Amino acid sequence: MTTTGSEAKTGPSLEIAEGSLLLEELPREKLAWMLQKMCEIRFFEEKAEDLYIRGLVHGTMHLSIGQEASAVGSAAALRSDDLIIHHHRGHGHTIAKEADITLMMAEFLGKEPGYCHGRGGSMHIADIPGGNLGATGVVGSGIPTAVGIGLALKMHRSEQVLLCFFGDGASNLGEFHESLNMASIWALPVVFICENNQYGMSMSVKRSMNIERISTRACSYAIPGVSVDGNDVLAVCQTVKAAVEYARCGKGSVLVENITYRWRGHSKSDRNLYRTQEEIASWKQRCPIVRFKKTLEEAGVMDSEELETIDQEAQATIDHAAEVALTLPEPSPENIEDEVYAP
Amino acid sequence: MSKPSNASENGKREITYLEAVREAIIQEMRRDPEVFLMGEDVGVYGGAFGVSRGMLEEFGPERIRETPISEAAIAGAATGAALMGLRPIMEIMFMDFVTISMNQLVNQAAKIRFMFGGKASIPLVVRAPAGSGTGAAAQHCQSLEALFMNVPGIKVVAPSTPYEVKGLLIASIRDNNPVVFMEHKLLYRTAGPVPEDLYAIPLSQAEVKREGRDLTIVAYSIMVPRALEAAEQLVAEGIEIEVVDPRTLKPLDEKTIVQSVCKTGRVLIVHEAPVTGGVGGEIAAVIAASEAFDYLDAPIHRLAGLNVPIPYNRTLERAAVPQVEDIVAAARALAQEGR
Repeated sequence: MTTTGSEAKTGPSLEIAEGSLLLEELPREKLAWMLQKMCEIRFFEEKAEDLYIRGLVHGTMHLSIGQEASAVGSAAALRSDDLIIHHHRGHGHTIAKEADITLMMAEFLGKEPGYCHGRGGSMHIADIPGGNLGATGVVGSGIPTAVGIGLALKMHRSEQVLLCFFGDGASNLGEFHESLNMASIWALPVVFICENNQYGMSMSVKRSMNIERISTRACSYAIPGVSVDGNDVLAVCQTVKAAVEYARCGKGSVLVENITYRWRGHSKSDRNLYRTQEEIASWKQRCPIVRFKKTLEEAGVMDSEELETIDQEAQATIDHAAEVALTLPEPSPENIEDEVYAP
Repeated sequence: MSKPSNASENGKREITYLEAVREAIIQEMRRDPEVFLMGEDVGVYGGAFGVSRGMLEEFGPERIRETPISEAAIAGAATGAALMGLRPIMEIMFMDFVTISMNQLVNQAAKIRFMFGGKASIPLVVRAPAGSGTGAAAQHCQSLEALFMNVPGIKVVAPSTPYEVKGLLIASIRDNNPVVFMEHKLLYRTAGPVPEDLYAIPLSQAEVKREGRDLTIVAYSIMVPRALEAAEQLVAEGIEIEVVDPRTLKPLDEKTIVQSVCKTGRVLIVHEAPVTGGVGGEIAAVIAASEAFDYLDAPIHRLAGLNVPIPYNRTLERAAVPQVEDIVAAARALAQEGR
């Protein structure tokens, strides 16, 4: 499904190599890291769900199970000093950007030592020193903010690049269009990543827009637009790498559409009335983790035992994080107003 | 630097309110390379009101950054740039248009620090020309300060003189939080003494603009000169009015207001924005809940804009917001109430 952006007829295009070439290009450790992060995301979210069902979580959460390749493939294309800004369904991006999973779990549980001292919760995890500039809970709100981050990178003559994640639903907002236009005219080092998981809450992309590919919206702003199979972590990585290189060398912004699917409901109140069980089952057949393991095994990068070890280690990491996080202290209302204003 | 428009007789330099805005920006931009101005038509055009005239030549298009008509993205660009350590000043052509920026300002700029556990800050100034009297009707004349008052994380500043414009704008630029800086369009041409040096007025201090024993008027922005004029007129009737200008609406210098009301026992709160849900209600509540309550000789009164959009017709437009004669009448009545 990877294209060279030929759909964006009036805009520049990217040259993107086949994702499978990464099997030879990337060191084994990097490929193992990618699988490890995908597994950690899956297990983190299963653990989150479990904690929620056990009544240990205050608030809601938005699970990205099934979308792990989008987060990991994108983050794998970055340098460690590059930046991300993302959205309410953001556990995956946070893990892929190498957050401390215990601090993440602590934030999810509203604990004082959590990333945001329990002020943000699942929807607003940020790890500023780690280059994760935070998740926003209002759909699409990170997109205009990304323009400013990109502007600052450009004004500071930085070589860093920002990935801005958002969903298919956000691409129907005015803010999306204002922002892509502005990023285009200023040639900002921002890669806009639309994670098209087929639904904005309950509204299907088939009903919310009359275009086949969200990436074609790039042609309105004369920037490259590319759609990629978002469940193929190597294809995502290859595509985002090309986009990041384009942005890093000063050519400007790119719109990448990772086509994927959300297995779980929008949030905990979702009864899945807007889609069929068959549809969900068909996408589960395209599980990005199963697929990546198969690719690695078939290419002889790892054997089944090694794959199993990564799986088990990821599960242990998550179990340990949850175990520790549950014991951490709650914040105190005494200093509730402390961080409303900066000194 | 802009040339002084004139000099007063005692040798103190006088410039206009508009020139004070320009001077504060220019001097801060010279001092701090992280400060930049962004907005619609701020370049060659010089901004809709001419505030940024001449700046493009000195600072170039990167720091005098013209934008498309995209208020949401302008606010987002300012928020993101501030998150990265720049100090953007975003010009919103008319305060009315800030409604298009609200998602970024209210849900992002105001919240980022808190919801990320204090690990980021957003040093951002929103310059917003506000107020009626220009015949621009309902969508170009609003005073929307009350919308921001109820948003934790944002500060609101409303200067009334050129001196305060410069000092408060410099303080706003140096502040590490989003600050909504209201500039009243009718005040742009008013002149007053302004030091040439850089100086900051803290965003927490009201000023007693005129001392008096009989009645306190709390007024801000254009209502300060109107209140002062009303006070002068009432001298002839033996009524001595104290005028308190909060200058910064949020955070509000409650102490100075309360002290004045303790002294006079009567208070009239005057603002241009519609009375219902306005800043006056907040100030009244602060007074009523303070020690000044015991000193009140009459109920707290508000004189504010009618609950109507600003009309076009000159007579209707004047009738929609407090004028000097309205303040005179309200103050006279309040000074006599219960006597």
